Amino acid sequence: MRILQFAGLGLFLIAFFTFIGSLFMGDYQMTEAVAKEVISDENHQALLLPELAPMIDKTYGNQFAFASDFQSTFERVNQAFKEQQQWDKVIYTDYTFSIVKASSIGYVADHGGRLFFLIFILGPIGALLYILPQLQLLGPAGIKNHHVFHDNEKNRGIIGIAIGTFLILFYIFLYWFEEYITNWTLIVDPLSMAMNGGAASQWFLYGFMYTIAIIVMGIRMLIKYRHNNYQMIRTGSVMFFQTAFAFTIPQVLAAMSLPAPDMKNMWPLDYSFFFDYRLNEMVEAGTIGFFMLGWGIALFAIGVPLFTYLYGKRWYCSWVCGCGGLAETLGDPFRQQSSKKLSAWKIERYLIHGVLVFAVLMTSAVLYTFFTEESQLFNIGSVYVSSFDVRGWYGFAIGAAFAGVVGTGFYPLMGNRVWCRFGCPLAAYLGLVQRFKSRFRITTNGGQCISCGNCSTYCEMGIDVRWYAQRGQNIVRSSCVGCGICSAVCPRGVLKLENGENNDASRMEAPAIILGNEGVTLNV
Amino acid sequence: MSHIVIIGNGVAGTTCARHIRKRSDADRITVVSGETDHFFSRTALMYIYMGHMKYEHTKPYEDWFWEKNRIELKRGWVKDIDTSGKKLTFDSGEAMSYDKLVLACGSKPNKFGWPGQDLDGVQGLYSYQDLELLEKNTHPPKSRNNRVKRAVLVGGGLIGVELAEMLFTRNIEVTFLVRESKFWGNVLPKEEGELVSRHMRKHHVDLRLEEELDEILPDEQGRVRAVKTKNGEEIECQFVGLTAGVSPNIGWLKETGIAQKRGILVNEFLETNIEDVYAIGDCTQFETPPAGVRPMNQVWYTGRIMGETLAQTLTGNRTAYRPGPWFNSAKFFDVEYQTYGDVLARMPEHVSQFYWEHPDGEKCIKIQFETATGKFLGINTFGIRLRHEVFDQWLKDGKDVQHIVKHLRQANFDPEFYRSHEHEIAEKWNKEFPNMTVSVKKRFLVF
Repeated sequence: MRILQFAGLGLFLIAFFTFIGSLFMGDYQMTEAVAKEVISDENHQALLLPELAPMIDKTYGNQFAFASDFQSTFERVNQAFKEQQQWDKVIYTDYTFSIVKASSIGYVADHGGRLFFLIFILGPIGALLYILPQLQLLGPAGIKNHHVFHDNEKNRGIIGIAIGTFLILFYIFLYWFEEYITNWTLIVDPLSMAMNGGAASQWFLYGFMYTIAIIVMGIRMLIKYRHNNYQMIRTGSVMFFQTAFAFTIPQVLAAMSLPAPDMKNMWPLDYSFFFDYRLNEMVEAGTIGFFMLGWGIALFAIGVPLFTYLYGKRWYCSWVCGCGGLAETLGDPFRQQSSKKLSAWKIERYLIHGVLVFAVLMTSAVLYTFFTEESQLFNIGSVYVSSFDVRGWYGFAIGAAFAGVVGTGFYPLMGNRVWCRFGCPLAAYLGLVQRFKSRFRITTNGGQCISCGNCSTYCEMGIDVRWYAQRGQNIVRSSCVGCGICSAVCPRGVLKLENGENNDASRMEAPAIILGNEGVTLNV
Repeated sequence: MSHIVIIGNGVAGTTCARHIRKRSDADRITVVSGETDHFFSRTALMYIYMGHMKYEHTKPYEDWFWEKNRIELKRGWVKDIDTSGKKLTFDSGEAMSYDKLVLACGSKPNKFGWPGQDLDGVQGLYSYQDLELLEKNTHPPKSRNNRVKRAVLVGGGLIGVELAEMLFTRNIEVTFLVRESKFWGNVLPKEEGELVSRHMRKHHVDLRLEEELDEILPDEQGRVRAVKTKNGEEIECQFVGLTAGVSPNIGWLKETGIAQKRGILVNEFLETNIEDVYAIGDCTQFETPPAGVRPMNQVWYTGRIMGETLAQTLTGNRTAYRPGPWFNSAKFFDVEYQTYGDVLARMPEHVSQFYWEHPDGEKCIKIQFETATGKFLGINTFGIRLRHEVFDQWLKDGKDVQHIVKHLRQANFDPEFYRSHEHEIAEKWNKEFPNMTVSVKKRFLVF
C-alpha cells in the first residue's frame, strides 16, 4: 500500500513538473499567416502588420521576449495615434494572448496529446493512487486527524508555504499575465475544441483544472468521511455542481453559440452579471437568454432568502458554490489554519460587509450607466471617474486579487476559506439572512461538552465553536457555512446541524439545563 | 471585598473563578497552578499527542481573557497551607494570604505499589507534565527509529483506551492488561464491555482480560524492559502505562488539618471541616453524599458543576451541590459512548434491562428500568448520539420505559442523513416485552 502511495506521488510529481516545464518548452515564431489569422480585423492588420514586420519569422527562445516585443510594437502604434489624437484608430483589442499562443512552435505545439496524457491523465491517476490506499492505511472509518499538526504541509511548514507560493503565482499569471501561459492552453485545445468548438482560453484551462481538483480531492474527502453520510452527500453535491454546472454545461452552451454562464453562480459573487456585455449577450440570445437573466435574478432575489431561511447558508456555500467546492475538497487539508482569535473576527466583519457594500455600489453604478448611457459618476479633483473605472477596480481588487490570489493562494497559511470568510459578498449577504431570519442553527448537546477544542480547531470559518458548546448555547453565526465538520470531529456527540423553529429565543439562548445544577438558575 | 484563592486551574477551579466574577465585581480572585500558566482542557491532552491539535488549541479562552476579567493567575506549587493564619506558602518560599480558599487540585494516576512502578518508561497520564514525559518516553511522530516497539497498559478504563489510541499513532503495539473479565467492568455491563473489547481488538489492541500485572522488570539502565503478569508470562515492552484509575491529589495536604479520607471531605455545600476552606472537583469526597450523588466524582462535568455551585456560595448565595441526573460520555477509538441516568454494571434484582445491537456490532443501546413499575432508570448508547436535554427531562419526570422506547427518535442527536434505528429497536423491544409493546413508525429512507 505504501509502495502504491509512493508510486502515485511519483506520478503526480512527474505530471506537476511536466506541467511547469511545458511553459519553457519550444520556441516562438510569428509567421505572416499567423499574424493575419490572429489579427483578423482588416483595419488592424493594415495598421499593425507593417510595424510587426521585424518580428515576422524571427525565432524567440521564450514567450517572455516574444510577448515583450509584440507588446512594445503594439504600444508604439497606439501611442502614435494617441499623440496625433486619432482616437478612432487606437486599437483596443488585446491580441497578445492569441498571437503568443499561435506562434508557439516545437514540442508543445507538436505533441500536445502526449503532454495532455502525461499531465492531465497521469497526474490525477497519481493523485488517486496516493489517496485510495488511505481506505486501508487510515484504519477503520472514523476521525483520523493524526499528525495534522506534525505535518509540514498542513502546519505551515516549507511544503505548505511552497504550495501557497505556487498557487499565488498561478493566479497572478492566470489573471494578469495569461500571455505567458499559452502553452498550457495549447495542451487542452483538443479538449476545448471537442467540448465547445473553440480554442482553449486560460479560463477553459482553469475551469478544467478546477474540476479535476474538486473531483480528485473530493474522492479524498469521501474516503476520509466514509462513516459520515452528511459529509458524503455534501461532497457528492459539490463534485456534481462543479462538473455539471460550472464546467460541462457552459461548454455545451458555448458550442451552441449561446451565452454560457455558470448557472449556479450568482450575483454578487458573479460580479459581472449586470455588466453591459453580459446583459446584451443575454438579451440578444432570445428566450433562453431571457430565461438566464430571470434565473440569475431569481437566484439571489428569491433563492437566497428562501433557501437560507429553510436550511441556512450551507445550501449554497458548502453544497453548491464553486469556491466552496474547492475549499471543501482541495482546501480541506488546511482548514485548521484559520484563526479563531476574536481579533480575526473583528477584521472579518468589516472586511466582508465592506466588500458587499462595494459590490452593491459598483453594480448600481454599472446599471446606472447601462440604463442612462451616462458613464461619468463623479470627479476626484480634475480626474473624472466612470462606472467603467469602478468596475475595473472591483474586478482587479476583489474579483482577481482577493478571490483568487489571496483566497486560494493563502489556503496553507490562513485556512481554506479565506475568501469565503473575509471577502465574498455573496457569503456576506447569505450570512445576513442566516443570522437574522433562518431556521438553521448548530445545536449543542446540553452539558456534554468537554471543551477539548476539536470543533474550533477544525472550523474553517474560524468560529470559536467551543465557546458556544461549552456554555450550551446554540451556534447562530452569519459566517457558518454548515460544513458539518465540527459535528464530525466532536468526540462527545455535542454538535448537530439542525433546521428548526425560527424562534429567536430558542434559537440563540443558552438553556439553563446545560449547567446541570438544579440548585442554580443561571443568567448566562 | 475578599481575596479568594483557588488552587488548581482545571475545569473546577476555573469555572468557579469565572462564575464568581460573573456574580461579583469586587472580590479579588487568584487562581494558582503549578501545571500550566493557563486553563486548558485536560481531556484534550490525547489530541495534542496525536497531532490533532496543538496545546494552544486546548485552551478554551484566549490569554487576554484573564486580565480582562480580573482573574489573577499565579504559577507555582503550593507547599503548605496555614489555615489559622490564612496563608499559603509556595515551594519557592513565597507566601500569599487569602480570605477564602478553594482546593481544586485534581487527581493523580493510581499506583498500587507494583514492583518497578517508578522505573524509567513507566508512567500514568493525567497532567500536562505527564504528556511531556510521554513525549520523552516514546519517539517522535513519523520517526524512523521506533524506540518503543511495544507498550503494556495496566488497568482497563477510559485513560487506558485513550493511551492505546495515542500510542498507535506512533506505531507502537499495545498490550492491554485488564484485571476484570470484561473491559471497564465496574462501569459497563457485559454486552457493552464486549462491544468495546471487540472494537479495540479491531484496532489491533492485544487485549488480555483477567490478566494482572505482577512486576515491571528493568534493564541495566533502569528502564523498563518487560512486565511479568500474575500468570507468569513475561511480555517484552519498552513502555508501561499505568491507567488503573486516578485518586485525589491530596498527599500534600496531610499536615494542614483539612479532613480527608480518600479525598478531601466536604459536605453538600462543598465546605471542608475548616471555615473558609472549600474543595471542588476530582479531589473531593462527600462525607454524606446528597441523594443520587456518588461519594467520589472524577469527571469533567462534575468538576464544572461543583465550580458553578461553589461560586454561588462564595458570592453570598449558599447553594448545595445538586447535579441533576447523571450523564457522561466518552469515545473508544471510533465509537462514541453516551450515558444518561443510572445504568449499572451489576444489575440489582428489582431491575430489568433491554439491549439492542446493530448487526455491525458497533452500535448498541441498553436501557434499564424498574421491573415492577416500568420506571426508566438509565440508558447507554454506543455509536448513537442522544439529546441530553430530552433525557434529562425524561429522568426528572420519572417517565416509564415504554415512553422512552416509543419516543426515542425525539432524543436522537446523530448528524443529518444518518440512518436511524428506532424502528428496529422498537421491534426487538416488542418481541422481548410483548405485554409492553409500543408502535414506532419506520422512517422513509433517511428522513
